[in-house]
Amino acid sequence: MRFLYCAAALVVLTACAPSTAPATGGGDEKTGTLRVWLFDEPNRAPKDKVVQEAVKEFTAAHDGVQVEITYIPTTPARHEKFKGAFNDPASAPDVAEYGNTDLAEYAAAGGFTDLTADLQGQDMTAELLQSASVDGKQYGLPWFIGIRSLYYRTDVFSELGLQPPTSIEELTAAARTVRKKKPELYGIAVGGEYTFGALPFVWAAGGDITSLDGPEARKGVKAYTDLLSDDVCPPQACASLTGGKTVELFASGKAAMGILGNFNRSAVDAGAAASKYAVVPLPGFDKGSLAPAFAGGNNLGVLKNAKHRSLAVDFVKLLGGKAYQVKMYEAMGNLPTLTSARTEVAGKEPFLKPFLDTVAAGTKFVPIDPAWVKIDNGKVIPTMLQKVATSQSSVDEATTEAATAVKAAFGRS
Amino acid sequence: MRRARPWLYLLPAAAVLVPLFGYPVYMLGLLSVFDYRQAQVSGGQPTTFVGAGNYADVLGDPRFWQVLLQTVGFAAALVVATLAVGAALAVLLTRVSPIPRAALSLAALGAWAAPAMTGSTVWMFLFDADLGLVNQTLGIEGFNWFYDKWVTFGVVGATVVWHSFPLVMLTLYAGIQAIPGSVLEAASLDGASAWHAFWRVMVPMLRPLITIVVIQSIIWDFKIFTQIYVMTNGGGIAGQNSVLNVYAYQTAFGSSEYGLGSAIGVIMTLILLVITLFYIRALYRTGERL
Repeated sequence: MRFLYCAAALVVLTACAPSTAPATGGGDEKTGTLRVWLFDEPNRAPKDKVVQEAVKEFTAAHDGVQVEITYIPTTPARHEKFKGAFNDPASAPDVAEYGNTDLAEYAAAGGFTDLTADLQGQDMTAELLQSASVDGKQYGLPWFIGIRSLYYRTDVFSELGLQPPTSIEELTAAARTVRKKKPELYGIAVGGEYTFGALPFVWAAGGDITSLDGPEARKGVKAYTDLLSDDVCPPQACASLTGGKTVELFASGKAAMGILGNFNRSAVDAGAAASKYAVVPLPGFDKGSLAPAFAGGNNLGVLKNAKHRSLAVDFVKLLGGKAYQVKMYEAMGNLPTLTSARTEVAGKEPFLKPFLDTVAAGTKFVPIDPAWVKIDNGKVIPTMLQKVATSQSSVDEATTEAATAVKAAFGRS
Repeated sequence: MRRARPWLYLLPAAAVLVPLFGYPVYMLGLLSVFDYRQAQVSGGQPTTFVGAGNYADVLGDPRFWQVLLQTVGFAAALVVATLAVGAALAVLLTRVSPIPRAALSLAALGAWAAPAMTGSTVWMFLFDADLGLVNQTLGIEGFNWFYDKWVTFGVVGATVVWHSFPLVMLTLYAGIQAIPGSVLEAASLDGASAWHAFWRVMVPMLRPLITIVVIQSIIWDFKIFTQIYVMTNGGGIAGQNSVLNVYAYQTAFGSSEYGLGSAIGVIMTLILLVITLFYIRALYRTGERL
């Protein structure tokens, strides 16, 4: 019996507080192996070809340096990989590609190095720089972005004599007309779980995630949830749709419109809607205005645990520079973040015009704060949309509730 | 020495249980009184002691109480349904000829052996709005089974019962087989109908077994996670089908709020501990000494 007490006492003594990782193991060696983590892709070969080209150029310019590229999965398991790299310097790479919505959490964890001084004078819009910054410190170079615009079916629109909408009001009217005249089609594929399809409506009205109970945000929420109705996209079918499902609906030819990204092009081209669609920017409330799009994308950052800090920064500048951004567009279709690189690809590819017009008109981003991860994981915005769409709450009630949840998320971080 | 002997016998079990079970529970309790998030794990911010702060947050959240109530209600319905299905099929097993009995046992074992993840996915496909076999058979293509709160609970509940009835069925079948034939024969000679024989003879004799099966089902159904998480995509429309485990996962672990998550974990452990106490009492009453 005494033995058990002793054992218990021992356990208590040795573990009086939860453990944390050692402060940091970074360094600035000028030779050796530079370790780089990039995200794996369903079709990795073209990406790898561009990256290897950059590696060749880099090692030619730096004596005694090798570059080791590792491809990591984009599944939620990536969080565990990154947390491991932050906790254990020995398993940390020097350079890593990461999703810009993950940034706030990684920065709060102290995982990435402040590169503000190293990346001065980039030819990039302020909104894009913001998507790589926390509290005025820049934690990486935006490498590419994905932008959503309005895809519509040219055959359906010309058959019904409709024009591509230039305001949200026209969009709603067109969607109702389609549903009325062709009941087998959804007017527009929208989903109750499609956060980045709904947010442009909120932003277009002048609202934001941090002020969901304001009159502007309510106007946006009302406009979006008006589409989740029997005369456009019935809630029975659409209330639980995610963004990915709306892509499927549009691609399979079941919807006359959809809010899809430049990165969804191949999916649509592989479906029934192929070659029967065109793209225009998602309109705003005023006729001729554009709704701000969400600037989701990936950044290149240098880890705090990096052993080759200067080399890592040089590599980020090379791979994230104009030449390789253009090459990455050609290989993967990723939209460049540098304004000059975008101008160059726009000249080559008319398909991109609506997306680039959207970027030029201004993009928006989610709050760069660990609170966003909580808001996203807690499904605050989908819950708000679904409650309105299923008539469980009015717009006012649902937005008030969501605003409270957003405030609570910020309060704890 | 005589007093120490029982403890000595416990030592091998303790050597396994203390490190494997005691230590995690101890860490769970410890984490639940700290503000402990990813930033603290990787050393970005210092760890701070918040006392009962995490518990106050959880218990002060009206959503927690709503989900707890929903979980209790759903679990209760599941226990009743599992028991009814399991008991009915157990009686059926004793009445049919060997070949159907073997077929039924095999089918039940198949359901039992199916991993919760796989089973849920298969049921989800069966009830798919456009391509599901159920809708095609009933001719109601396009009907979304996961739209209405209660219909959703019904479909998910059926999946859970499908997963858990075999244990009940086999346990009760074994119990019924152990009832001496002479007792049932005496009952029928006294003029008891099958229905009466079941309620007045079998059930009282099976009571200890039933108690254990009920409590095991309560624990099982209270902890339900996979079926809800997979089939309703993490809690259904506007979170209307959320249960306690899914809620804990989303509000806490999904957001790397390990301290808050641990507090929910401790609360769940305490609730289950109370149920387990009843379970142990029930075991004692059957005469099975611990």
